[in-house]
Amino acid sequence: MAKKKKEEEKVEEAEKTPEEFPVETEPAEDIAEESADTEAPGEDAVAEEKERKPMTRERIEAIQHPVFKQVESIVFGILSPKMIKKMASAKIVTPELYDKEGYPVDGGLMDVRLGVIDPGLRCKTCGCKLKECIGHFGYIELARPVFHIKFIPIIHNLLRCTCRDCGRLLIPKNKMSSFKKHLDEVEATEGYEARQEEIKKSIAKLKTVKKCPHCRANQQKIAIDKPSTFFEGDKKLSPIEIRSRLEKVPDDDAVLYGLNPAFARPEWMVVTVLAIPPVTIRPSITLESGERSEDDLTHKLGDIVRINQRLFENINAGAPEIIIEDLWDLLQYHVTTFLDNTVAQLPPARHRSGQPLKTITQRIKSKEGRIRHNLAGKRTNFCSRTVISPDPMLGLNEVGVPAVVARKLTVPETVNEWNMAYLKKFVERGPGVYPGANYIIRPDGKRKKITEETKEAALEELQPGYVVERHLMDGDISIFNRQPSLHRMSMMCHKVKVLPYKTLRINPAVCAPYNADFDGDEMNLHIPQTEESRAEAEILMQVQTQLISPRYGLSVMGCLHDGISGNFLLTRDVEMPRENAVALLCHVGIEDFSRLPNKKVVTGREIFSVLLPSDFNFRGKSRNGKDVIIENGKLIEGVMDKTSLGGEGAGFLLRSLHKKYGPARTVDILHNILKLGIETLLITGFTAKLSDLDIPKEADDLINDTLNKAEEEAHQMIKAYEEGTLEAFPGRSVEETLELRILELLNKARTKCMNIVKEYADKTTNTIAMAESGARGSYLNISQMSACAGQQALHGSRIRKGYSGRTLSCFKKGDLSPEARGFVRHGFKHGLNPKEFFFHAIVGRDSLMDTALRTPKSGYLYRRLANAMQDLRVEYDRSVRDANYRIIQFEYGEDGIDVSRSENGKIDVQKIIDSV
Amino acid sequence: MAQKIDVTKHVLVPAHTVVSEKEKKKIIEKYNLKGIELPRIFKDDPAVAHLKAKPGDIIKITRKSSTAGESVFYRRVTSA
Repeated sequence: MAKKKKEEEKVEEAEKTPEEFPVETEPAEDIAEESADTEAPGEDAVAEEKERKPMTRERIEAIQHPVFKQVESIVFGILSPKMIKKMASAKIVTPELYDKEGYPVDGGLMDVRLGVIDPGLRCKTCGCKLKECIGHFGYIELARPVFHIKFIPIIHNLLRCTCRDCGRLLIPKNKMSSFKKHLDEVEATEGYEARQEEIKKSIAKLKTVKKCPHCRANQQKIAIDKPSTFFEGDKKLSPIEIRSRLEKVPDDDAVLYGLNPAFARPEWMVVTVLAIPPVTIRPSITLESGERSEDDLTHKLGDIVRINQRLFENINAGAPEIIIEDLWDLLQYHVTTFLDNTVAQLPPARHRSGQPLKTITQRIKSKEGRIRHNLAGKRTNFCSRTVISPDPMLGLNEVGVPAVVARKLTVPETVNEWNMAYLKKFVERGPGVYPGANYIIRPDGKRKKITEETKEAALEELQPGYVVERHLMDGDISIFNRQPSLHRMSMMCHKVKVLPYKTLRINPAVCAPYNADFDGDEMNLHIPQTEESRAEAEILMQVQTQLISPRYGLSVMGCLHDGISGNFLLTRDVEMPRENAVALLCHVGIEDFSRLPNKKVVTGREIFSVLLPSDFNFRGKSRNGKDVIIENGKLIEGVMDKTSLGGEGAGFLLRSLHKKYGPARTVDILHNILKLGIETLLITGFTAKLSDLDIPKEADDLINDTLNKAEEEAHQMIKAYEEGTLEAFPGRSVEETLELRILELLNKARTKCMNIVKEYADKTTNTIAMAESGARGSYLNISQMSACAGQQALHGSRIRKGYSGRTLSCFKKGDLSPEARGFVRHGFKHGLNPKEFFFHAIVGRDSLMDTALRTPKSGYLYRRLANAMQDLRVEYDRSVRDANYRIIQFEYGEDGIDVSRSENGKIDVQKIIDSV
Repeated sequence: MAQKIDVTKHVLVPAHTVVSEKEKKKIIEKYNLKGIELPRIFKDDPAVAHLKAKPGDIIKITRKSSTAGESVFYRRVTSA
């Protein structure tokens, strides 16, 4: 329906306040109340209905603390001229703002009756001081009516579907009631939007009606010359004429059109009286020079008042029509830009400096507007943001907080008999010394800052009921977050650990759910301030509880990088004296060595087994396809690698641990395993060196052979193509077939190289260990370095860009050979020749651009998806419904399975039976 | 023009059937339906045109599902 004017809401509220609390009535609101009573009977009805409803009363009694107001309904409407005058406390007649003394002029735009923005002054309407007075509306009587720019489309539609003579809707009398019935039916079955849609459709039909079915008057086409001029045929329609036409529309017909005449009579869309917003929403700022700088709205209103005055004078003096017409247009322009300064066909009103004014619409609309910025945009205190860095010695559910931050962020603790002495110590230390306190809050809510001077007084004053805001300490609850917050694991609850230096620190294993790395990422930390919010965060949001992802039902967190390669090396080939093993386990934090075999030399597997629960059994496979067997908490066979320990869907060992011992224990074990891996590497050392990529001579020969053969084969294919004997794939041209086959051939050659490298590579080196364990890198990466980088593919095919018919000027036109189309046969270790290097650079740059451009695109895609589905939820009957209870899915996910409680999206009933 | 195609025979068109009165009551009870909660389908939708369903009827659609193997879906019939 009608676009809402902000003022309306104010009036509504004002009307309700005095009714419920007559004592608190303020004079200004009294006026508003009266006006509401006389002007809009409908509004009154709403209020009365609210009174009658018994539910409200019961609810209030049920709640212990009093609820002062409860919003029953909100009505959107248009302010009528009468209403504007009644709710106004001043008529504005002069564009002057202040007199010589700098005091606001009576009847000016800064009139003290409209509220006060200067300290010391009192509002003439309500008698309140600055900050107490909320401000009051004023009004201007316009010399000639003008259109409200926001209602132009509605006015246009109304004019087109009503009679120019009698103002009735252009629907024959006999069809009127059936149309109404149809609309009601649509609304009942499909909802309010569908009704509006139906009305829109009828307008499209009505605008072609030639003759009024009521008074037989001929109808003419009405066109708009944007932004705000109406033409009937060739004749321009003035706002006065249009207003008189809209006045003729009967209430009953307006209802059919979708307007409720009690709140929005059509003619009110043409402005005759303009409401002046209170000064409190357009305060002026005093510059250092003592000069006053007015708000954009005040500037614009000044223009309106000035032009309005001139128009008045000219009309009274009987000036020629053309001058009046010009001034009228100017007034229309000013009123339009006052309401919206971004109307398409109008030049925006500007400051003298040239920057456009921010008027009413600009204040509300878009990202920086009131709604998205101030209302929907949530900002909080008790939060912190800095760069993050890794610290594997922190628990997964801990976060390292810099001491500087811990002194600023506080936790409120209420004083009682038992903790009095404890809290007094914090106050004693004050804000400067670390575990101190910054504020005390008296039971009446007054905050007192603790300083060196006030410390003594505060200490004396402290008694049960007071609240001490003490510094953040180890073990406090916090919520940690990294944007973009795409899933629920983007905000998790961590326990605080106060540390030196200036970064927030997390265990690298929780990088996966946050999608964080340490190349300069920043993260946010929030400190919940109430007992309830702390409890909620701890129970629902702790890292442990988020272990299993609701996306695929597997663990998101697991060992990574050093954690994996360390355990891999440990369980594969480490043997050490028992003393060293004890030292290693001590570093991890294990103090019970009873499970470490009592012999001179222990193996890595035995050390690893100490971390596992003694009744744990597990069977799995490692990456190289060999068995991993754990019996009674002892690793008997196999090595630990990504399939057992990894995160993000891998980590089968972790998964069985989680199932058997629950999240908290799993997180502990995971942390110990991670530490063990890292400590192992710290002791043995872990270096990747160039010679790791060396391969024996025979492997080199084999690789050369394969590549030569592949190139030879490619040449034969090209020859066959040139001779015309190459057979095309179904649905492909011969050229395409050749391309596809060469690409496939070359990729196969590279895979062969990879397998050769895999076979001949020295498995004892660290680089290979990383690839083998899945910690980082793959055999493909290694073979690209030591054997052959392979075909460089641009958009899924070989490179053909460049000169016409060839990629580089050193090739012949039409050369289809592998080397002319971006095949890099050397490895990175050997080095690329200039041509190869250039091809590699082409593809490298292209993929860089691709990722840079794709990220924001897919981000926006996801955002739209998330916004569209944000209020869908699973009901108790397991159906997925939207906010209107409409069914989206009859069974959640069609199978009714909560993925986070399943195994990879499935529930294995047999396994459950077996385990019981 | 080509001859008319029977869409119900197409692999991508799941089975549509009109729900019996008894079953309809059950569905309404199960999901606590008040009227507009069910998704709609036009009575002359190609997949249900041959069923001669009246507005107010409920159509049961049995689909193949990647998660559950087979899933049922209900729609209410509306006039065009």
